[in-house]
Amino acid sequence: MKVLVAMSGGVDSSVAAAELKAAGHEVVGVTMRLWGGESDTGCCSVSDVDDARRVAQQLNIDHLVFNFSDDFDKHVVAPYVQAHVDGITPNPCIECNRHLKFDRLSERARLLGFDAVATGHHARIERDDEGTLRLTRGADDAKDQSYVVHMLDQAELAYTMFPVGHLTKAQVRERAVELGLRTATKPDSQDVCFISKTGGRETFLGNRIPFRKAEVVNEDGTPAGKVEALELVTIGQRKGLGIPGGGPKQYVVEVDTPNARVVIGEEASLYRNSVDVAQIIWSDSGDLERLMTTGDVLVQSSAHGAAVSATVEILGPDSLRIHWAQPQRRIAPGQSIVLYNTINSYVLAGGIACQDSTKVSVH
Amino acid sequence: MGTYLDHAASTPMRAEAIEAMTPYLDAMYANPSGSHRFAREARKALDEARDLVAATLGCKPGEVVFTSGGTEGDNHAILGAVRRLGGVAVCPAAEHHAVLHCVEHVNGVVVRVNSVGTVDLDDLQRVLEEATDEQPITVVSVMAVNNEVGSITPMRDVARIVRKYAPNAILHTDAVQAACWVDLREITPLVDALSLSAHKFGGPKGVGVMVIKTGKNLEPLIFGGGQERDRRSGTHNVSGIIATAKALEVTDQTRAEETERVTKLRDRLVDEIRAQVDGVLETVPREHRVPGVAHLCFSGLENEALLFLLDQADVYASAASACASGAMEPSHVLEAMGIERSWSNGALRLSLGHTTTDAEIDLAVSAIVSAVNQLRR
Repeated sequence: MKVLVAMSGGVDSSVAAAELKAAGHEVVGVTMRLWGGESDTGCCSVSDVDDARRVAQQLNIDHLVFNFSDDFDKHVVAPYVQAHVDGITPNPCIECNRHLKFDRLSERARLLGFDAVATGHHARIERDDEGTLRLTRGADDAKDQSYVVHMLDQAELAYTMFPVGHLTKAQVRERAVELGLRTATKPDSQDVCFISKTGGRETFLGNRIPFRKAEVVNEDGTPAGKVEALELVTIGQRKGLGIPGGGPKQYVVEVDTPNARVVIGEEASLYRNSVDVAQIIWSDSGDLERLMTTGDVLVQSSAHGAAVSATVEILGPDSLRIHWAQPQRRIAPGQSIVLYNTINSYVLAGGIACQDSTKVSVH
Repeated sequence: MGTYLDHAASTPMRAEAIEAMTPYLDAMYANPSGSHRFAREARKALDEARDLVAATLGCKPGEVVFTSGGTEGDNHAILGAVRRLGGVAVCPAAEHHAVLHCVEHVNGVVVRVNSVGTVDLDDLQRVLEEATDEQPITVVSVMAVNNEVGSITPMRDVARIVRKYAPNAILHTDAVQAACWVDLREITPLVDALSLSAHKFGGPKGVGVMVIKTGKNLEPLIFGGGQERDRRSGTHNVSGIIATAKALEVTDQTRAEETERVTKLRDRLVDEIRAQVDGVLETVPREHRVPGVAHLCFSGLENEALLFLLDQADVYASAASACASGAMEPSHVLEAMGIERSWSNGALRLSLGHTTTDAEIDLAVSAIVSAVNQLRR
């Protein structure tokens, strides 16, 4: 097959390219230039492009650079900034996968005559007994990335390859060492690529939006303190609220953006019995019907969080309510929520947590 | 080797230039600034090269400064003028980044360009007229031929305006893309400084030529041993300079016939593409353009995709300039010309030169037509 492999300059995508080449595919590597601004962490710095290019040269495959910075601004950076204004949690890496890697890039790959797009994500694509493609967790539990690529539907799964999904991270690094790839010992990228380590989120947002001062209140409405930037406050946060120590631990339980108020309370106030999820994308449309009969699922609501038991109540074709088996800490609105099958092996669907979910009355 | 239509990026070296430089890479390795017989032989070759260059440019040998390339010449002219004289630098918006970024770096003034990509003479005049005694304009840099779209600047008109409205300013021209197609003897007398790059006319990379007219003082960029009459220190790149002089001589001698030959090839290339696909804009009318450049915009296409398919078909072309990562940047030249993004996203520069053949044009036409059809399917 003719495969276009997205090479970030990291070890996973380097080995992904090597695996494809070894399997006899006709491979072309591409590095997407996404972020044009300053960065010291990122996926698209010149030195990362250098690494990707040198690995491609070593593997004797062509290497290209595609400039998708306009699309990245539009689909990732601008929504990231707007989410902070609106008081919801952004998912920049997921939005980048959704709009750049598995939309913009795969669209171009199709146009150029490629049979598939590959990335270095730790996830697997397997066909079940009924012939359905299943986005399956990567072989390395600790590195599994099925959560961040959950948005792939059947058509997209059919056009996608994850050549390192069956390997552990340690095995990926071993392969890279065996092949003498210069990225073998390169550390994993952890952070949002367009936020610099030195300036951080505060500087990045501060250059783009005015911060609003907000009052911090207790659940009964009595004043408790002040914060300088409402946009930087997250549900569940404990520090930086300007409240004195002593007494029970206080958490942000509500960010009231319209009224510029932050509500704090004890941990118990964070727990919920359910959460509504919108903008659902089904991995396979058949799962919608199946879940209408038996709604048991496992639910993961952060990139490396544990999947917990819940029952799904279907509200519509792209919205549903999750009833937790045990009350769970409130999920910040905007957070991506991914449903897995009951044995926690593959993705059923994913969507975005909605604004409110009713508080647990008794804990 | 595929079909090479990227001569504006770099040209294959001329055989005569390689032959001329080879002894100076091997046996004749002395430093021409030395005081012994061996050094004097290198010095003689260097002096002869300088005479040859001066003759093809129409200036005095003492006005020729050998540099590392076009970018150094452009930097030297603008930064050297502002550092020596103070004041304000001026250039048009469609200059090569080697000029544009220098002018921006010293907070200079960028002048509009017209729809063919050459300086808007009225805007240039306005900027020069509006300068004050406190902030006089000390250097004006205007490219002779645009590197992306190939448009030819009427340098005589530029010189007339600069001499009239900024008589004390240094007039520099980036003539990098002019060398193959324009008799430089017609440009050199009009300006105070001029920059060339050897690899654009069949010479080696890493060598450039600058003309700095007698009496025009620029602050050097590089200090050291005082070579090039204190204007550019550093041991001479003897072999490179000799190859450069030879390449320039051959370019000069063959320019008339090459102009006729390449114009025919270029026109056939464009005519045949336009006959076979719709939605093609010839960015600059032919009468405003050098023979070597065909610049086209394909509506609804993305040049990264087009270049990939051409690359796969072994046709080597380019679009706009690339950034440090190698990614294509939207063209500042097309933007300055007022060309809409729906067209400029599909820009393609096909540049021809002394090795371009009829057979290459045939291959290029067929590859381009097939790529455009695939992308529009």
